[in-house]
Amino acid sequence: MDQQILNAIFIGSIYALFAVGYTLVFGVLDILNLAHSAVFMLGAAVTYSLVVNHGQAFWIACIVGIAVSAVMGLIIEYVCLRPLRRRKAPPIAALISTIGLALIIVAVIEQGQTGSLFSWLWVDGANSVAFPSGTFPNPTWHVGDLTLEAAKVAIIPISIVLMAVLGYVIRYTQVGRGLRAVAENPRAARLMGLDVDRMIALTLVISSALGGLAGILFGAALGDISPYIGRDNVEVRGLAVIVLGGMGSVPGAVVGGYLLGVIEVLALVALGSSARGGVAFAALFLMLVLRPQGLFGAQLRERI
Amino acid sequence: MDFFVQLFTDPVAFWNSHTLLIAQIGINSIVASSMFIVLYSGQLSLAAPGFMAIGAYTSVLMDLYWHTPLALNIATGVLLAGVMGVLVGLPVLRLRGVFLAIATIGFIEALRLGVILNLPITGEGLGLKTIDSDPLNGIYLVLVCLAVVLFLVWRLTKGRLGAAWAAIRQDELAALSQGIHVARYKMIAFVLSAILAGFAGALEAHLQTFVDPGDQQYGVTRAVQVLSFAVLGGSGNFVGPVVGALVVTSLPWIFVQALNYINIVTGLFLIAVIVFRPQGIVGRGGLAIIRPWWWPRRNVRASSPG
Repeated sequence: MDQQILNAIFIGSIYALFAVGYTLVFGVLDILNLAHSAVFMLGAAVTYSLVVNHGQAFWIACIVGIAVSAVMGLIIEYVCLRPLRRRKAPPIAALISTIGLALIIVAVIEQGQTGSLFSWLWVDGANSVAFPSGTFPNPTWHVGDLTLEAAKVAIIPISIVLMAVLGYVIRYTQVGRGLRAVAENPRAARLMGLDVDRMIALTLVISSALGGLAGILFGAALGDISPYIGRDNVEVRGLAVIVLGGMGSVPGAVVGGYLLGVIEVLALVALGSSARGGVAFAALFLMLVLRPQGLFGAQLRERI
Repeated sequence: MDFFVQLFTDPVAFWNSHTLLIAQIGINSIVASSMFIVLYSGQLSLAAPGFMAIGAYTSVLMDLYWHTPLALNIATGVLLAGVMGVLVGLPVLRLRGVFLAIATIGFIEALRLGVILNLPITGEGLGLKTIDSDPLNGIYLVLVCLAVVLFLVWRLTKGRLGAAWAAIRQDELAALSQGIHVARYKMIAFVLSAILAGFAGALEAHLQTFVDPGDQQYGVTRAVQVLSFAVLGGSGNFVGPVVGALVVTSLPWIFVQALNYINIVTGLFLIAVIVFRPQGIVGRGGLAIIRPWWWPRRNVRASSPG
């Protein structure tokens, strides 16, 4: 049971890190960026490919993986979101364009096989792979009846520090003030002399970099990297997390992430492994029906 | 391009060699009409695949265990989907916009992962195989059903219901102040769409002779696909979603040489249409898009509620 609670905290950290970026975009833009789970997968895939196929050191591969994810955020903004804002399309249009981009990203990785067009990026096709042991130091400790793997334990401080930094930036810096202004009212923000388009591009870059990092951590700790890790693990769970915490609230997403981790592990213990998937969605459905503003929605006066 | 060459030079051979594609387009068009009704009343509901699953499983299970006639099976499936529509609609219809979309995603995935994959009677992850059905016989049935559904949807949107839905879509508060019972009309739209989706699901199960509980069939992937039918075709007119279903469903056959990269083509196509024509391929004008220049123009302002 203690081991299970520990697992809940590991997986909760990844959910939280993923959902923070998701909710940031919703808070600033009122748009669900459905390409976020594809960016999560891309970060892991690029890192794995650099380590295994191109022989780079793990930490270099991580930095490149995060950078590629951040650039993908810019592509999301310039290809899927900005043209629609210019044409004053309804928010539902952004759902479709980001889904289109997600389809492309997943298909590119999926088709990456030796001899195909994308073999420089990925050679394992639709298979699930793991970092070879020794890529990064991964000692295992036994404390009582608990098993602690360094790769999993490291996730907790990394994600907590990053989320704290993000919280600090949003709350206390000039950039954060700009982001909050755009989230509150883009028109007024523009009238105050803010470059709204630039703020939105920045939001996408931050959000995608965090999403890509979450993917790398997921791939490193759970040893599962495939074109479908985004779709299968975080796409809809991410929605559940941001709904639990209140849509558009960054602290809410952090709490929601850990909460979902705990809920899933409790379901696993109480009902068995087959119920794990359904429980997240049942929680999502109940939360929206009973308390659509999320756990803290009413208490948080400001957005993001 | 063989696809178009054959379509125009030898329609009979095209019909014979693409029967399953045509039937699938018919089914998808019915689901797209179900999506259209909710969108037309201003609700972004993605619940269609859930109701399809209910229609499909009910109908196939009755066939397997009781050997009742096909019409009765499908009717029961449709009825159950409608009842579920009421049960789900009661709590979720208070939500608006993307919140409603997320709640309905929660519903379909909780149904698929929580219920269908855990009940022994549904075959769990393996799905169900139907005993007696002939897809080649089914195609005429599907096309007739599609014609009836389209006629009904067209009449509904032109009538009192359609006017109320359009009013609610444009401004819920204004509609309320005009004495329109908003909650009731929203519920009617949601249940009608559940019924259509259940119908399409039951038809599809018998056509494919197999019920597969996968994500592509009754999960988020399918919900997104159905949404793309409606948004790509244009949701201002009942023709739009059908055109969207036609285009999206036949894309893999049109680009058959690039079959490995079909998702890349589909993704590029989705982005291109939504960026360059946000109102959809058909837009608000409906069939007016294919109106020849010499055909008299109707007074659009008087007739179009959108």
